Amino acid sequence: MSTPATKGIVEPAPAAAAPKARWRWRDSDILASFLSSKVTVLSAIVSVLLIGGSLLAPLVAPTNPFDPATVDLMDSLMPPRWVEGGDPRFLLGTDNQGRDLYSAILYGMRVSLIIGLAGVAIAAVLGIGLGLFAGWVGGRVDAFVMRVADVQLTFPAILIALLIDGVVHGIVGNAQRENTAFAVLILSIGLSFWVQYARTVRGSTMVEKNKDYVQAARLIGIPAPLILLKHVLPNVIGPVLVILTINIALAVITEATLSFLGVGLPPTQPSLGTLIRIGNDFLFSGEWWIVAFPGLTLAAFVLAVNLVGDWLRDALNPKLR
Amino acid sequence: MTEFPLIEVTDLRRTFDVSKPWLERTLARESRQLLKAVDGVSFHIRKGETFALVGESGSGKSTVARMVVGLLEPSGGEVRIAGVPMTGGSHAAERRRLRRRIQMIFQDPFASLDPRWRVGDIIGEPIRAFGVAENRRDVTARAGELLRLVGLDPADAQKFPHEFSGGQRQRIAIARALAADSDFIVCDEPTSALDVSVQAQILNLMRDLQDRLGLTYLFISHNLAVVRHMATTIGVMYLGRLVEVAPARQLFAAPRHPYTRMLLDAVPDLAMSGRPRTPVQGEIPSPISPPSGCTFHPRCGLANDRCRAEAPAPIDGVACHAVAEGRVPELRASA
Amino acid sequence: MSRPVLSIRDLKVEFVTRRGVLRAIDGVSFDIARGEVLGVVGESGAGKSLTGSAVIGLIDPPGRIAGGEILLNGERIDDLPAAAMREIRGRRIGMVFQDPLTSLNPLYRVGDQITETILAHLDVSAAEARRRAIDLLKEVGIPAAERRIDGYPHEFPGGMRQRVVLALALCAEPDLVIADEPTTALDVSVQAQIIALLRRLCAERGTAVMLITHDMGVIAETADRVAVMYAGRVAEIGPVRAVVKDPLHPYAKGLMGSIPTLEGAADRLVQIPGSMPRLNAIPRGCAFRPRCGSAFARCHIERPEPLRVGEHDVACFLYAQGAPAEPAAAGPGTEARR
Repeated sequence: MSTPATKGIVEPAPAAAAPKARWRWRDSDILASFLSSKVTVLSAIVSVLLIGGSLLAPLVAPTNPFDPATVDLMDSLMPPRWVEGGDPRFLLGTDNQGRDLYSAILYGMRVSLIIGLAGVAIAAVLGIGLGLFAGWVGGRVDAFVMRVADVQLTFPAILIALLIDGVVHGIVGNAQRENTAFAVLILSIGLSFWVQYARTVRGSTMVEKNKDYVQAARLIGIPAPLILLKHVLPNVIGPVLVILTINIALAVITEATLSFLGVGLPPTQPSLGTLIRIGNDFLFSGEWWIVAFPGLTLAAFVLAVNLVGDWLRDALNPKLR
Repeated sequence: MTEFPLIEVTDLRRTFDVSKPWLERTLARESRQLLKAVDGVSFHIRKGETFALVGESGSGKSTVARMVVGLLEPSGGEVRIAGVPMTGGSHAAERRRLRRRIQMIFQDPFASLDPRWRVGDIIGEPIRAFGVAENRRDVTARAGELLRLVGLDPADAQKFPHEFSGGQRQRIAIARALAADSDFIVCDEPTSALDVSVQAQILNLMRDLQDRLGLTYLFISHNLAVVRHMATTIGVMYLGRLVEVAPARQLFAAPRHPYTRMLLDAVPDLAMSGRPRTPVQGEIPSPISPPSGCTFHPRCGLANDRCRAEAPAPIDGVACHAVAEGRVPELRASA
Repeated sequence: MSRPVLSIRDLKVEFVTRRGVLRAIDGVSFDIARGEVLGVVGESGAGKSLTGSAVIGLIDPPGRIAGGEILLNGERIDDLPAAAMREIRGRRIGMVFQDPLTSLNPLYRVGDQITETILAHLDVSAAEARRRAIDLLKEVGIPAAERRIDGYPHEFPGGMRQRVVLALALCAEPDLVIADEPTTALDVSVQAQIIALLRRLCAERGTAVMLITHDMGVIAETADRVAVMYAGRVAEIGPVRAVVKDPLHPYAKGLMGSIPTLEGAADRLVQIPGSMPRLNAIPRGCAFRPRCGSAFARCHIERPEPLRVGEHDVACFLYAQGAPAEPAAAGPGTEARR
């Protein structure tokens, strides 16, 4: 019953004065809420470091683990530098093929991230498009799209990705596996993640399409696709940004899981998941670092991005502010 | 003023399907439920006139407005603008031309402006869409002109809607409605979301614009005092039907339909004139299952068996058996 | 006689934000006597609802009462702990809000909600409480109250629901009812019924009513006295007939003139230029000064305190000594009140 109390602040009659100041005021509000949360700031720093480091991997990594010329089998299974028997050249040790683990993590993270981003991009475009369409048209089209989404939602994303992987390989054959692996992963993630976007966007679209500014645009005779693009989309995109953030972390995990299960990237092009799979084989023979460091990196990245996403959701939601 | 009516609405009808989803309905063995939001409404508006539709919630007045501007397809009947039928197969080119002359002002100025667009673009949208001006500079100039016309500053074009108060936003909405030189404006409760002192500003502005530009208004409102101030002709709606149509002066001086009388009695008496009043009875029935015959009969002191059985047809602007049979007592002319 | 049921003295309410303190209510004072209906009018942002919330102790952080006193039957209630305030709400102060559904729990039968409130606040048996609940529902005009007492809120149409809320507000026989926009969500024809009912029930019981609304018509029909609020202050307060027919404060004059009526067929409505200032931009001196046609030098510097003029208390320098001669109304009866 706090409505009467809040009413007074929510609707002070706005004066003509100082309208320009208000935009900045809102911006700085979001900035202030960001700075006031130490966890968020830390998460953002971790995310930026990991993303930046992996995207700039060729510049910051000591070696290129994809280049067989730089790899020496004699260096394989070296422990991290500070452990007895460690080599100063290899900060985090080496894997079974003698690759510098630190470099491999940076490169692997880059692969994971590119696949994740591309997959999420496909999912977002597909989901937003279908969501706008279903929400706008309504009726049977809407019912059909949403039932498909419901059915898909009952399968875990991994299962769908496995299915797509199997189908593609059935078509192109196992010989092409290495060349298609990248595209298959992106497609799998894209096709398994679209549902959430579609549902969110469809819901918001159904709300927005009945608002009077959309009616006004219809009256002017603006064609429906343009109304969707220019009026509805900008007004439903807020929640999508939140899902996008969190989904990138989720996509990286999915990629890692697929690669761990062996349907993802081959060991010649290691992603984080591939590294973890390789490391898993050596866990019980004492070479813990091969699985531990890629695993920790993955966990840190996912946690950091999720925390940033959580904050974003709260910051963009006026009700929680 | 020409004799030729600009707007002619004939036997307009609209039903909404409010049944439960098919599966649920089939399992519960229910039939379809139809809501007759508008049930045979006819009126006409002459150029330069303000025709007001008044009624309480569920009377269907907003539905009529949306059918007249073309946002909603009628289930039956016809809307003609300047003699051209706005539904049906022919006259497509003429309709497109006429569309430009009809615009609408909405109730909630916080929902009728796209929050992500700058004011200049909001007003510029119809200017571009109807080809009033093509290049950027002309559109900007025209938008600035319109902002000045509604009492704002041309520099306001750079701002976003949230930077304005409710009254200022409604001015922006009016500027948009006038942007393509439209001359027939449908106003759906344009001031009911505003404070009274701001309402006065907007109503005065609308009257000034009407005088200057020769506008024709279809004015939808639940507030009889506001309608009295704006309208030349008034139609009173109750549960989807037009119960009384009369020139404004006549309607307030000598209301004939019992519902009109009840509405007038219910308006708070600000002048404290101590005018005689009869207490209002009952509430508006659900439009999903309206009463039989005349839908007002359960609340009407004059209802008889005929009223309960047979829906009255409008005679001389009033749809009431009691009026037709001369059973309605004369009102003192003072009211 | 004598002691008012509710007495507000120099009430100040503030909101603490990152950009400093905003004063939403700035020195509001008024009394409500037994059986009296005080209308509080003003436009959105004037602070009328907030004043009501302050009385019932429902100001949530970041808002806070920053000064002044609220007295209920002579006892201070603004500094009571939350638990004691909860006891007072419902028992000694009843509440009616704009949306009946904020007061009624949709999951409980209306009868249970009323009897529960009676049992919580009055020392009666369960059977007696139910009997009283039925009587009360009959009294607020619910047909077949014996049967409908076991209905759920959604089974009542809008106007009936507000009647139930009225019954709920009155069931513990409170001294004061705060009605915040009780008829705003209702249709005109139903609104009139609820106003009449509120008026009658409170007169019969001698309950004091603080009726908060933006609708001057409702005030004119219901209230005994009216307080016109502007930007967190009381601009004018006086008997309803005097304020409605002969307002003194320039804002009150403008407000009355801007209301379209059924009687006067004025071609143009009186309009006040501009709009109410935001809380962070309330001008120095008189808050209404930038919109006022009669402002003079003193209005820019000093804040007007209420002056007694005839039956009115007006916060305007036009009625103080040494004002420009414009308003003839400021006659010899003018004297500073405090």
